[in-house]
Amino acid sequence: MHDSLSHPSLSHQEPPHQTKAATERYFWIEPVLVGAALALFVLYSLWEVFFQVHGRYHNYLSPYFSPDLGRWLKIPVFPALWVAWVPLLFRASCYYYRREYYRAWFGSPPACAVPDRRTRYTGETRPPMVWTYFHRFFFYLSTVVVVFLWVDALHGFDFGGRFGIGLGSLLLLVDAALLSLYTFSCHAFRHLAGGNLNCYRCKPRRPRARYHLWRVISRLNQHHGLYAWISMFWVWGTAVYVRLLILGLIRDPRLLR
Amino acid sequence: MTEDGFRGREVPIWIFRGDGLSGEERQYMVELSPGMVVLDAVLYVQQHEAPDLAVRWNCKAAHCGSCGAEVNGRPRLLCKTRMDDYMRRNEAVHVGPMKTFPVIRDLVPDIRKNYEIARRIPPFTPAHPAPFQLWPEDVERLKEFRRCIECFLCQDVCHVLRDHHRLDHYMGPRFMLKLAELDMHPLDTRDRTPYVRREGGVDWCNVTRCCSDVCPEAIAITENAIIPLKERVADRYFDPIRDFWRGRSRRPAPEPPEK
Repeated sequence: MHDSLSHPSLSHQEPPHQTKAATERYFWIEPVLVGAALALFVLYSLWEVFFQVHGRYHNYLSPYFSPDLGRWLKIPVFPALWVAWVPLLFRASCYYYRREYYRAWFGSPPACAVPDRRTRYTGETRPPMVWTYFHRFFFYLSTVVVVFLWVDALHGFDFGGRFGIGLGSLLLLVDAALLSLYTFSCHAFRHLAGGNLNCYRCKPRRPRARYHLWRVISRLNQHHGLYAWISMFWVWGTAVYVRLLILGLIRDPRLLR
Repeated sequence: MTEDGFRGREVPIWIFRGDGLSGEERQYMVELSPGMVVLDAVLYVQQHEAPDLAVRWNCKAAHCGSCGAEVNGRPRLLCKTRMDDYMRRNEAVHVGPMKTFPVIRDLVPDIRKNYEIARRIPPFTPAHPAPFQLWPEDVERLKEFRRCIECFLCQDVCHVLRDHHRLDHYMGPRFMLKLAELDMHPLDTRDRTPYVRREGGVDWCNVTRCCSDVCPEAIAITENAIIPLKERVADRYFDPIRDFWRGRSRRPAPEPPEK
């Protein structure tokens, strides 16, 4: 495609130099912590999905089981699996998480200006990484899941037909809010909302709603990484809380009866 | 220690000396002055100890993008990198040329390939000749792209180019920015998505965002240029639903601005 320059001394060789000093002395701390957090989250998710048969404790439903599709369809095996793959693949194909796991798990690169650990690199040109282009489809499906999370969060305030507030109700409510923030600050949504347009105003009478929507999402999108982390830990914490309730290891404090 | 606390102190600085075939780091002593940047230190060495030291610089105000190099292994503009930041952390200062490009001499890299790529990119192609009428909403995001000073630090830090030497497959972040600027321009009539994917090689980028991290103009290259281009590639090649609803049509010619 691109012809290389033909200057004999300026061809593809490594410059015979480089500073001996470490690029960033502690560059490895971030990928190690991120890699460990993501790995633990994935392992916990797999445990919920493959080793737990239900996620309901009275009016609380664990986020991994929301919506309770397995029960509706009366599928006896892996009831969480029928839903959990959506948010998991949404996160796996997310532009923010890609940065994190490429750095942490593949060392490609582990940090900026630190040598790539992979000798053979194909980027996102081949399967499975080229499938990350389907991120928008996981976004579409995740919006459906978010709707059900809100329904289940509101159901968390329904204690046998009477309004009440338990710690679990609040956890589920914040969980739905954080997952909404994460989902609707997504790069794919930003693109679909208006990023795919080149011209917001040049067509007569074109409403500028998409321009305003794109701007709002662009602002949210600046914090997409933050929402990704907070929502991930919150989902995790909420699921652990509901699981401990189911196992009878803790009691749900009622803040309002 | 305050900035003035470093005044007059003599500190060592290691600078790469050599060419594309051989070279080594050499130690020089520099007398610190308030507000001293690494470029000042390099010029101090040039004036006092090594008059043959080669360094490319021009404005000394982070506007021309000439003095891109690596300080302690990290791509930086020498004129924007303060010595006292390193002194405060008690770090030695090592200066080398940008690693991604061949070295001509000392701190001067050969960046001609970048200009070769720039010449290949199909130019802005409006439907009609100037004058143009544009609306602020339509050019808002293009302004960020036009802040680029072509220092090529993003090209230097990009691991696709730096470690894998894939300039023949991937144009690099600087030119993704250029392609985004042209592709998002409301008056440009070219359908650039196939070019972005095939010649530009956008699939090679794995969005690790180092280009944005080192950009001295704080341009969000990955967020605002590369990811939107990837989404446009997804529109074209990976979205059958969109095809179903809209048809696989070519980019329509822009309509004239509303009066």
